[in-house]
Amino acid sequence: MEIFLQQLVNGLVVGSVYALVALGYTMVYGILGLINFAHGDLVMVGAMSALQTMLFLMGVTPGMSPLAMLTLSLAVAIPVCMMLGYTMERLAYRRLRNAPRLAPLITAIGMSFLLQTIAMMLWGRNYHTFPQLVSTAPMQPVAGVFVTPIQVTIIVGSALIMAALIVLVTKTKLGRAMRATAENHRVAALMGVDTNLIIALTFVIGAALAAVAGVMYASNYGIAHYGMGFMPGLKAFTAAVLGGIGNLGGAMLGGVVLGLVESFGAGYIEHMTFGFLNSSYQDIFAFIILGLVLIFRPTGLLGERVSDRA
Amino acid sequence: MKRTLLALALVGFGWSAHAQTLVKIGHAGPLTGPISHIGKDGENGARLAIEDANAKGITIGGRKAQFELVGEDDQADPRVATTVAQRLTDAGVKGVVGHVTSGASIPASRIYEQAGIPVITPSSTNPKLTLQGYEVTFRVIANDLQQGAAMARHAAQNLQVGKVAIIDDRTAYGQGLADAFADSLKQRGVQIVGREFTTDKATDFTAILTKIKGRQPDALFFGGMDAQAAPMLRQMKQLGIGARFLGGDGACTSEMIKLAGDAMSADTYCTQAGIPMAKMPGGAQFNERFKARFKTDVQLYAPYSYDATMALIEAMKTAGSAEPEKYLPALRKLNMQGITGTIAFDRNGDIRDGGVTMYRFSNGKWEALN
Repeated sequence: MEIFLQQLVNGLVVGSVYALVALGYTMVYGILGLINFAHGDLVMVGAMSALQTMLFLMGVTPGMSPLAMLTLSLAVAIPVCMMLGYTMERLAYRRLRNAPRLAPLITAIGMSFLLQTIAMMLWGRNYHTFPQLVSTAPMQPVAGVFVTPIQVTIIVGSALIMAALIVLVTKTKLGRAMRATAENHRVAALMGVDTNLIIALTFVIGAALAAVAGVMYASNYGIAHYGMGFMPGLKAFTAAVLGGIGNLGGAMLGGVVLGLVESFGAGYIEHMTFGFLNSSYQDIFAFIILGLVLIFRPTGLLGERVSDRA
Repeated sequence: MKRTLLALALVGFGWSAHAQTLVKIGHAGPLTGPISHIGKDGENGARLAIEDANAKGITIGGRKAQFELVGEDDQADPRVATTVAQRLTDAGVKGVVGHVTSGASIPASRIYEQAGIPVITPSSTNPKLTLQGYEVTFRVIANDLQQGAAMARHAAQNLQVGKVAIIDDRTAYGQGLADAFADSLKQRGVQIVGREFTTDKATDFTAILTKIKGRQPDALFFGGMDAQAAPMLRQMKQLGIGARFLGGDGACTSEMIKLAGDAMSADTYCTQAGIPMAKMPGGAQFNERFKARFKTDVQLYAPYSYDATMALIEAMKTAGSAEPEKYLPALRKLNMQGITGTIAFDRNGDIRDGGVTMYRFSNGKWEALN
C-alpha cells in the first residue's frame, strides 16, 4: 500500500510539471493551430536564466534568504522567457501565419534547435548543479510515504497557477478576447479585437508558465542542462494531445494522467504482464495508453473543441 | 636569370612541402548531447597528444610528419556513429581515436574494419567490441567484464551485501556493465532482488526506485553515466532508501560529486577502469598541462585518449609508415610507456594490464580503496 501511495505522489509531481508545460502547447495550438515545438526549450531557458540569477545573487549577497533568492530568480526567469516567447512569435511565426501549416511547424522545430544551440554556447555543455532553495530532504513520512517540501511546492504551485489561468481565460476581458481569437481570427478582428496582440500575449503567457515549470523541474532534480527541456517538452506535448489539444482543462488532466501512467506503469508493468514486460517499456506503456485513448476518443480525453476547429 | 631564380624558389617550396607528410588522425565522440562534456574531454586529450607530437617533430620513414586531428561528433548515437565513421574514412584519416561510448564504438567498428583503419577506443568498455573478430579494434582501458567482476567481488566480500537491486540505462555500456556485475554476483550467491531499466536521457527515477524500495535491497547498482546517476542518488535520499549506491566508471566522475551534492555519502562506491590519475605514471604532470592548455579539469578519459593517440603515432614511427596496413602489425606488438601505464595489447586488441580501481566517496572526493 505504501508503495502504491508513493507511486501516486511520484506521478503527481511529474504530472504537475507536465501539465504546466502542456498548457503552453495547448494555448498556442488552440489559438493558432500551431504546435510550438520550441516550447519545451523555453522550460530550459527558464531554468538556466534562474540559475544564472541565483549564481549572481550568491556572489553579490552571500547571506540572502532562499525565499528572496527564489523570488528574485523567478522575477528574472519569467520576463526572460516572456520576451523570448514574444520574439519568437513576432519574428518567426507571425510572418508564417497564413503559410501552409507545415511551414510554421518546421520553423518551430528549427527554433527548438536554435534555442538549444544558443544555450549550449552560453552555458556550455556541462550539467549544472541547480541550487535547491526549497528543501529536498524528505519530511516525516506519513503512512510510509516520503514527501519533500519541493514536491509539495510543485503540486500546490502548479495547481494555483492553473487555477489562475482558468480565471484569466474564463473571467477576464483578455480571456474573452483569447477565446474569440481562437474561435475565428477574422471575426474577432472585425469585432475590434487586436488579434496580433492577443496571439502575442498567448505566447507570452505560455512562456511564463514554461519558465515556472523549468525552475520547478530543475529545483526538484537539482540539475540543469541545455538539453533538459527536450524530454519534458515531448512528454508535455503528449499530455496535451492525451487531454485533447487546444483544451486547457484537457492539458492539465492529460499532464497528471500521463505522470500517473508513467509512474504506475514503471512500478506495476511487470506484475500486470506477468514478467513479460519490464520497466524498460515504461515510455512505451505511456504511449500505449495514448494510443488507446486516441482510438476511442480521437480528440483526446476532454477535446471537444478540436473537432469544430477542423 | 630572374626566371631561373623563380623556378629554383618554386622547386625549393615544392621540396619543403614534400618532405613533410601530413597524417590525419580522427577522433570521434559525443560533442553535443547529455555526455558531450566527456566527449570533449576525450577530444582534448587527443588534441594534446597531436600537439605534443608536432612539437617534438616526429619522423616517419625518414620524413617529417605533421599530424592533424579531425574531430567528429557522433552524439553517442549508434546511427550517427556509423555516418561519422564513414566521414572519417572518406577524409583519409590513418587511424581513429574513439568512439567514446560502447553504443557508438560497436556499430562504427564495422566501417573501420572494412576500410582497414585502426581504431583505438579510450573508453568504450563493452567486451563485445573486441570480440567481433575484427583486426582493427583496440582498447586502452579495462573492459566491463573486469570492472563488473571487481565491483561484485567488493560488494560480496568487503561490503557483505545480501540483497542487491540493479538498474541500467539500456545503452550498450550500461547494460554490459550491469550484466557483467549481475553474472559475477550470482556466482557469489548474492540475491538480486530487482532489475530495473531507464534511459540515458531520463531525469526522473522515482517510479523505479519506489518499486525497488519495496524489495529492501542492501545495495543498488547503476550501470550508466553521471548525468543519470546523480539525480538517481538524490531521489534515493528523497524516497528514504538507505541502500548503498554502487556505480561503474560512468558515475565515477568529478561531475557526479558536483551534481549529486549532499546526496553523496560514505555509502557511495564506484569503479574506474584503469587507475586513478594520481597513481598514473604521468598523471600529475598531465593534469597540469591539460589544465594550462584547455582551462578545464580532466573529466575522465583524456589521459586514455592521449595514450591512444600516442599509440597510433608510436606504431607509425616503428613501422616507418603511416599507412594502416603497414603499421597495424606494429600496433599489435606495441609496448609503450604511456601516461596511464604500459600500453600493450592482447590477441583481441584489449589492453593487457587494464587495472580496475574501487573508489569510495569520502572528504568531498572519490578516494581510491585498494
